[in-house]
Order: sequence, then C-alpha cells, then structure tokens
Amino acid sequence: MGWAIAIHGGAGDIPLSLPPEKRLPREAGLRRCLEVGIAALKARNHPLDVVELVVRELENHPNFNAGKGSVLTTSGTVEMEASIMDGKTMKCGAVSGVSTVVNAISLARLVMEKTPHIYLAFDGAEAFAREQGLETVEMSHFITPENIERLKQAQEADRVQIDYTQPIQKEMPKDAAVADGDSQIGTVGCVAVDNEGNLATATSTGGLVNKMVGRIGDTPVIGAGTYANHLCALSATGRGEAIIRGTVARDVAAVMEFKGISLKEAAAYVIDRVPPGTAGLIAVSSTGEITMPFNTTGMFRACATEDGYSEIAIWDSPSK
Amino acid sequence: MGGWGIAVHGGAGVDPNLPKERQEEAKRLLTRCLDIGISALRSNLSAIDVVELVVRQLETDPLFNSGRGSALTENGTVEMEASIMDGPKRRCGAVSGLSTVKNPVSLARLVMDKSPHSYLAFLGAEEFAKKQGVELVDNEYFITEDNVGMLKLAKEANSILFDYRIPTIGTCGAGAAAMDNPLQMNGLPISVYAPETVGCVVVDKEGRCAAATSTGGLMNKMTGRIGDSPLIGSGTYACELCGVSCTGEGEAIIRSTLAREVAAVMEYKGLRLHEAVDFVIKNRLDEGKAGVIAVSKNGEVACGFNTTGMFRGCATEDGFMEVGVW
Repeated sequence: MGWAIAIHGGAGDIPLSLPPEKRLPREAGLRRCLEVGIAALKARNHPLDVVELVVRELENHPNFNAGKGSVLTTSGTVEMEASIMDGKTMKCGAVSGVSTVVNAISLARLVMEKTPHIYLAFDGAEAFAREQGLETVEMSHFITPENIERLKQAQEADRVQIDYTQPIQKEMPKDAAVADGDSQIGTVGCVAVDNEGNLATATSTGGLVNKMVGRIGDTPVIGAGTYANHLCALSATGRGEAIIRGTVARDVAAVMEFKGISLKEAAAYVIDRVPPGTAGLIAVSSTGEITMPFNTTGMFRACATEDGYSEIAIWDSPSK
Repeated sequence: MGGWGIAVHGGAGVDPNLPKERQEEAKRLLTRCLDIGISALRSNLSAIDVVELVVRQLETDPLFNSGRGSALTENGTVEMEASIMDGPKRRCGAVSGLSTVKNPVSLARLVMDKSPHSYLAFLGAEEFAKKQGVELVDNEYFITEDNVGMLKLAKEANSILFDYRIPTIGTCGAGAAAMDNPLQMNGLPISVYAPETVGCVVVDKEGRCAAATSTGGLMNKMTGRIGDSPLIGSGTYACELCGVSCTGEGEAIIRSTLAREVAAVMEYKGLRLHEAVDFVIKNRLDEGKAGVIAVSKNGEVACGFNTTGMFRGCATEDGFMEVGVW
C-alpha cells in the first residue's frame, strides 16, 4: 500500500490572474512543507507526528492564513485556532482564541495528550500553553502588512470575507505593494496515512478577515473542519459557517461508510452539497487513496504517495 | 404520521443513590417544561421558537447544570455554553465561555439570527450580548450553594483518584457514608460528576425540526474548556429529517459526533428514528457514556442512553407523554 500525504493552504476565490509574486512563494511553501512531510513519513514517523510537523511549517510560513500571516479580527488582533485528530484512537485536541502561541497546532496536540479535555479556548488555552512551556511571543509577531491591508479593505467593503473573496468594486493599482484584497491565503491543513493504515489530520487558521472578536469557525470543530477515523482523515477549508452547518469532514467519512463508496466519490458528494464557492478539502483513506476536491475557484494544495507520485496545484477542475 | 413531538432532557448519568426527593423535583421540572413546550406547540409556535423557550426555562431553574445552577470551573466561576439549530436550512448558532448572560441559549439564537457567524465565545460573545441588549447579571447569580459543595468534592475526588467512598450528598442518610459507589462518569464518581446538561428537541406541525442544548460544562473543568454542547454535530444537530440533543461525557460525544451520527444513519442507512438512536448508542460510544433525545419530521420522539438513567421527558400530539429518570 504505502504512505500518502496531502496538504492545503486554503480554498477560495483565488484569481486565475494571480501575479507570480503572489503565486510563487505559496507554491514554494507548499513544496517545502510537502517535502518535510514526505521525509517524516519515509523516516517512519507516526502520521500524528507528521501532520503536526507539517502544519507547524505552514503556520510559520507568513503567506498562509495560520500562525504568522493569520488574518485579522475586526479589532486588528489575531485569534488563531487549530485541531488535530488521530484516526485509529479517535483522540482529538482543539484550541481557539490563541493570540501569542507560535504554533497553535502543537497546543491542540497538548490539549489532546495532556488534559482530560478536548478543547480549550482563549484565556484558558493561553494559560495552559504557558504551563506547558510552549513558545509564546507578542501578538505582533503574527501580523503582516498584507493582512493589515486586507482588513482595511474588508472594513471598507463592510463585509466579512473568506480569505479568497475578491473585494467588490475595488481596483488596486498594479504597482500596489500590498495585497489586492483577494487574500491569496487560507486555512492550512495536512492529512497523512502510513503503510499500516494509521491516519491523522491537522488544521490551523487565523479565521475570517474582519471576523467578530470571539468568532470561532469550522477549524476547531471536530466533524466540521477536521475529522479522522479508521477509514479516512480529512481537513476542510473555506467558509467556516457553511462547513459547520454541513458537518463536512464527518460527512465524507459517514458517506464512505454507510454508502460503501470510495473516498473520492464520498468527498465529491459532500463538496457538491455545500453552497458553491464555500469549501474544499483534502483527504486520505486507510488504503492510501488521496482526494482534494473543492467548489471554489481554487485551493492551494499538494500531495504525494509512496510510489513516487506528487502534485502541487492551485486551480484545475476539482477532482471528481 | 405527522403531528408535533417534543423531548427534553436534564442530563444522562444519574447517581443511583440520588435522594428520592431530588428525583421528584427533577421530574416536576421536566413536566413543567414539557407543558410549556406543548402549550407553545398548540399555539403554533415554530420548532425553533419552542426549543429556545423550553431551554430558557431549564436554564432559569437552578436544578440542572445550565444557566443558574451551572457546574463550576476549577476557579469556582461559571462558564456557560449552548447551541441551537434549525432543521429546515440547518441554520445554527453557538456560544461558549459566557459568564454574565442570563440565558445562553437565547444568545446562541441571536448569533444564528443576528450575526454573520455561527459561533462566538468568551469576551467576543459577551460583547455581542451587550450590543444585543440581552439580560446580563453578575457571575454570582449562576452559582448555587449545592455546586460550591460539589466543586469541593470534585477537587477531593481528583486527589484521591481510586477511592470511591465519597459520601452521598442530600438528606438520604441510610448507609450513605460508607457506601461503595463504583459508577463513574468522566473518570470520577458519579455522585460528583453527573453532567446534567439540558436540552430540547422539537418537531412542529409543519414537520420542522429543531434542537438546542445548554450547559455549565464539567464540574472542576479547566477554565476555557469547551465541551460538546456548543459543537454543532456533537451535542446538537438538526436537519430536514430530525433534531437531536446529547448529554453525557463531552469528550465521548465529540469524538463520535453523536448528534450528527443519528441523522447520518437515518439519511445514509435509511434507519428510522428509534433504530438510529439505538444504533448510535450501541455502536458509537465504545467506553463512553452518553444519552440522546431526538425527534423526526414524522412526529416521532426517541430517547436512548447507555448511562444509569437520564432525566428526560417526551410528548407527542396524539397524547403520549412520559417523564422518567431510569
């Protein structure tokens, strides 16, 4: 069978005209993070360790909406959230409202392993992080100029954007040094399976541009943005509210199990039922299948399998 | 087929040594809430309005673990959470980390109806509450003497992990002090850790389903801990087919996305409501302990639990009504 891994850097209205200076760093980021994951799998690390490792890399990369580079709340602050789940044991961990922890995904893992709980948020999560000795920094560490600009545009447009939504009636001059509002970044995630069928998933995000302070999205909600069981592991991205309502990650696994269809068919089925332009996901099955469907314009993604196949993509038609 | 249906719960996992008078008190409250729901249904209120109305009643009464009477965090404070879901378009709203909002379920409803989001928590949720003008009170309002006592016991239980000889509380004294109570939930003696989350599910005459759940969470929980009650798909779920509210060990309910599971087996396996509830209780909980109440668009109601007891009540338009503990 062999191992398999998939990663994403967010789904959304990524314009086909994305200029190279915005596209190349993200492709390079995906490539590097994929390589980190591949190396870890080759070294026979457990998928749970692999997904955490890869998502840490994605969080540290400033061009994705997680960790450094997180989008901002309406108050200009950063509130990050993340979750992680192990398919075999179905143990899981989640955090929300994290503003100073360098790697929220690692905090989620500690919640899973070091507390009797699954989910910690805000002050309680921050206090736990310090108790555990996790690396913390000033919130300014996570804030990038692109995101300050994105927030400004969102507030001017007076609406909440998913990361990739183009600003309405807004034409930025071509030589603008800052993001042109279509935020080519998004939630990040990683799913992996080893050749023993151990599955794991991890997802991390800064959330929605201009979100209300205290807003929680799908990322830390087990069953919505993240899910893993003995059949498959999934990480979703897009419009959080739609993914929560659609219990997207859980539904793919449920459809596979109850309808007896393949991972690819199950994922396509679920993505089709979420409103167009709102979601994408990556998934691997216990038998090494990979699928990465999306109903948005694009989704930053990459995947690889032990037999040597690998792929990095942004657009193309969603896998059917 | 058809007609309205309603079910309420006050928590799955009941101490078998619970004094008779507490059981009667609980049954009276459940009956009262059912009656309120039934009147509302007869007055043609929609399912979503009825579940909110009934859960508000349960929150206001200090008996169960929600609103007033909520379990306490390790710091002796109250942090409440709730969620609500409207079947027809699967609209939903949830809140966590509330400490001054008198009725969490109503704030969850406002998140659903009046905000661009589905889930707000802690300071952000409290800010939203202020802006919406909902009734706010001091955190002390929610704290009862009973629970202050329980918190002490919970802390003691935590430090003497394997000693089950926790004296029972309440006025029933016969042999209580030395009684072995090996029943556990959340890893600790049930006399201390009974969840008592509240919830209500309703299907109205038009076949619309709705569900709502509200809780103070786990006694002695870490501050910031979020359980299953505000998580759509875990503690609460409603769609075209059914409305579901769960209670019990939060971690087990989340891991099994229990509420969504009931609907999923109906949708994808074609099971009827009762079969779906039985199926998930039997097959999805492993060592976890939980209970479920559910209604279907056809007017059916069902309850299931693998715990020792669940405070519950249900009624259907054809006159059926039942309130129970065991």
